[in-house]
Amino acid sequence: MSSTTTTEPAQTGKASLFYDPKIRGYVYQIALVALVAFLIWSAASNAIENLRAQKIASGFGFWNNAAGFDVNQKLIAFSASAGTYGQAFFVGLLNTLLVAAIGIVLATFLGFFVGVARLSSNWVVAKLAMIYVEVIRNIPLLLQLFFWYNAVLKPLPEPRNSIALPGAIFLNNRGLILPYPQFGDGFGVVVAAFLIGIVAAAVWFTWSRRQQAKTGKQYRNGLICTALILGLPLLVFLALGRPLGFELPQQGRFNLTGGLQIFPEFVALLIGLVTYTAGFIAEVVRAGIMAVSRGQSEAAHALGIRPGPTLKLVVIPQAMRVIIPPLTSNYLNLTKNSSLAVAIGYPDLVQVFMGTVLNQTGQAVEMVSVTMAVYLTISLVTSFFMNIYNKRMALVER
Amino acid sequence: MTDATTENAPYAFVRRETLDAQPAPISVAGPVAWIRNNLFPSPLNAILTLACIAFVIWATPGLVRFYLLDAVWTGTNREACLADQIGRPVGACWAYIADRIPYFVYGSYPVDQRWRVNIVFALFFIGVFWMLWDRAPLKKVGAFFVFVLLPITAYVLLLGGANAEAFLRNLIFLTLAFALLYMVLSFVPSLARLWTSEGQLALEHSLPPWQRFHRPKRLILFALVLFGIVAVLVESRGLPYVHTGLWGGMMVTFLVSAVGIVFSLPLGVLLALGRRSHLPAIQLLSVIFIEFVRGVPLITVLFMANTMLPLFVPNEYSPDRLLRPLIGVALFAAAYMAEVVRGGLQAIPKGQYEGAMSLGLGYGKMMRLIILPQALRIVIPGIVNTFIGLFKDSTLVMIVGIFDFLRTIEATLVDPTWATPTTRATGYAFAAIFYFLCCWGMSRYSIAVEKRLAAGQKR
Repeated sequence: MSSTTTTEPAQTGKASLFYDPKIRGYVYQIALVALVAFLIWSAASNAIENLRAQKIASGFGFWNNAAGFDVNQKLIAFSASAGTYGQAFFVGLLNTLLVAAIGIVLATFLGFFVGVARLSSNWVVAKLAMIYVEVIRNIPLLLQLFFWYNAVLKPLPEPRNSIALPGAIFLNNRGLILPYPQFGDGFGVVVAAFLIGIVAAAVWFTWSRRQQAKTGKQYRNGLICTALILGLPLLVFLALGRPLGFELPQQGRFNLTGGLQIFPEFVALLIGLVTYTAGFIAEVVRAGIMAVSRGQSEAAHALGIRPGPTLKLVVIPQAMRVIIPPLTSNYLNLTKNSSLAVAIGYPDLVQVFMGTVLNQTGQAVEMVSVTMAVYLTISLVTSFFMNIYNKRMALVER
Repeated sequence: MTDATTENAPYAFVRRETLDAQPAPISVAGPVAWIRNNLFPSPLNAILTLACIAFVIWATPGLVRFYLLDAVWTGTNREACLADQIGRPVGACWAYIADRIPYFVYGSYPVDQRWRVNIVFALFFIGVFWMLWDRAPLKKVGAFFVFVLLPITAYVLLLGGANAEAFLRNLIFLTLAFALLYMVLSFVPSLARLWTSEGQLALEHSLPPWQRFHRPKRLILFALVLFGIVAVLVESRGLPYVHTGLWGGMMVTFLVSAVGIVFSLPLGVLLALGRRSHLPAIQLLSVIFIEFVRGVPLITVLFMANTMLPLFVPNEYSPDRLLRPLIGVALFAAAYMAEVVRGGLQAIPKGQYEGAMSLGLGYGKMMRLIILPQALRIVIPGIVNTFIGLFKDSTLVMIVGIFDFLRTIEATLVDPTWATPTTRATGYAFAAIFYFLCCWGMSRYSIAVEKRLAAGQKR
């Protein structure tokens, strides 16, 4: 009894306030917030001062000003005489998204292929895949891009000596020239038929799976879905009298005219990104498949399931659970790495907006923050959707 | 009984001892079986194997001929590597690499001052081995060397000029002041009461004066010796100012990577602790920083450092052209390092935290003495992997105009002295070999550490 009364003053004394973790926590937080606020404030006031001294405008008034430069690869109408900085931004953004989207699809295929090859029981195949992965992963992407662009694509012949490939395709140092598809009247209906086919296939697939779960009856899903997705638009295409023509590139005396030109910068960037990312995806896939214990496939074999369905129904669904999170970050890495385009002159967002537009206007703060915001949005949106998918795939535990 | 049965049995011969095991049939063991099982187990595999072998046979001789057999090894200018000049097909022009190697290593650093870079290189490699070699002694002194002394020495030696000399002088005075302080403390240890705990003090009291405070004294002595050697060198050979615009080559590549690791590791530890902190403001700020930096490409961070940093500070403090990307790289790497360290912190069982707290350790001591040593140990492979990424990403500084190793290669490719049809292939091959050896070596190291750590877990 007496001991409790003697310790009481010590607890409420001056020292205990100093050592009170709650109060300490508040002090630390207030100090940090004050420090960050001071840094931001001083940076902002210095920036205003410096911008005024250098006579650089601020704000987004430049957005509708004439750009005055041209971009070789553009998915929307843009020209030196009529384009604005705002349009230049969208040209760059679309180019970034284009190379990232195609790159992700191709890198996934190549990466899965190499990853499975590394696990092959065939010694030569496994060793070749290993050499590919080790070499690709240990050399900087920038060097690989220089290699593809400067050492492989640049030394191709001049346009007048173009290499002619079958199917009226030409290859020269200005890129790959393909026949340009000319869409006639009614081609929109074919596209619509294609979309309807996809929706119908999805509906059929869901229905047949449910039916199978209920009755055990199996349907030939692969055949039916292919017929819906490819056959339906083909039928419409034929019924409408083939509303599609090709403008073939013509070999002139010095140059090729016509045709669809795919620029070497785009090809080099795409090859570089795909081969580089595939090396990383291969490792992810290998780790995922190895994470599925052998007992799973052995049990499937013991049940009499053949090797193909074993892989499809037993191994891959479990491996996907391990593969998806690192796969997502590799997709994001590919998108972010597409900014290296600036080094070989592919007009992506960084090259057009952070390079040319920034040099012309000098408004570093606006350009850098807009560009960063774009990448940040792509990253956050992708990880949001991947998290949803990941949650659906994750192991359901009791 | 048994003897009787065998003797009376109507058999002509019965073996009484076991035979030695016969070697396995050739179809299941030995090279033939290996080839059959691993190369030709099925028709499809046989086709694949033959296709792969055909590819290797097709690709290898061309590469060997280009890079070794037809290569030119000596020469002083492009004449040596032109096919019509020397009258034979010409492969890789290694003479060009041999001729330009000083430029690839030092950039445009003045020739008579390159001894300074060499010393920094030597110190750098000593530091790397000290930290990475598992059984190296005095790891804490090594950490002090790598994280404090090496950056200071490198700064003084590489930059030079009156400012650096004055800085070195002040440093020596400061170190001497510390030496004097600890000299006094050796005899009157109770003066250290302000920053030393009672228990530690009692321990020091029990020792003879020259053994008291041996840890700080060791660091001070080490620093004094290093600074002294540098000062003597500077005194005898002079230390003129070398503008950072002249720095280049592998020196800058190593500098960017080293700055990245030296600053990102402590910063990353702080950010990781901040992210796992229970204080909401600290946690929020850490999360915002980490996720923001990890969400944007390095190139935008470098552009930001290059164009916005000068705006954010008063004009007279505008950072140097080389310093800007260094800051960008360090901050960028810190965010990735923070996530690696966080992984380690999460892997430490809760019992370790509770044990430390029940011993009465405060947050700082708990982290410094119990948690971080274990957490950092298990994330060594992750740190090395981050460093490999950082080393490869250091090539991006060339986009903002820094002459790193890759940029020096590109610069020599447009130089007419060595303009030959095969120069580019040679230069890229050399760069690829350099980066491959560095990165592959580091990844081997990381795998070895992983194995060693796993061995500790096995019982």
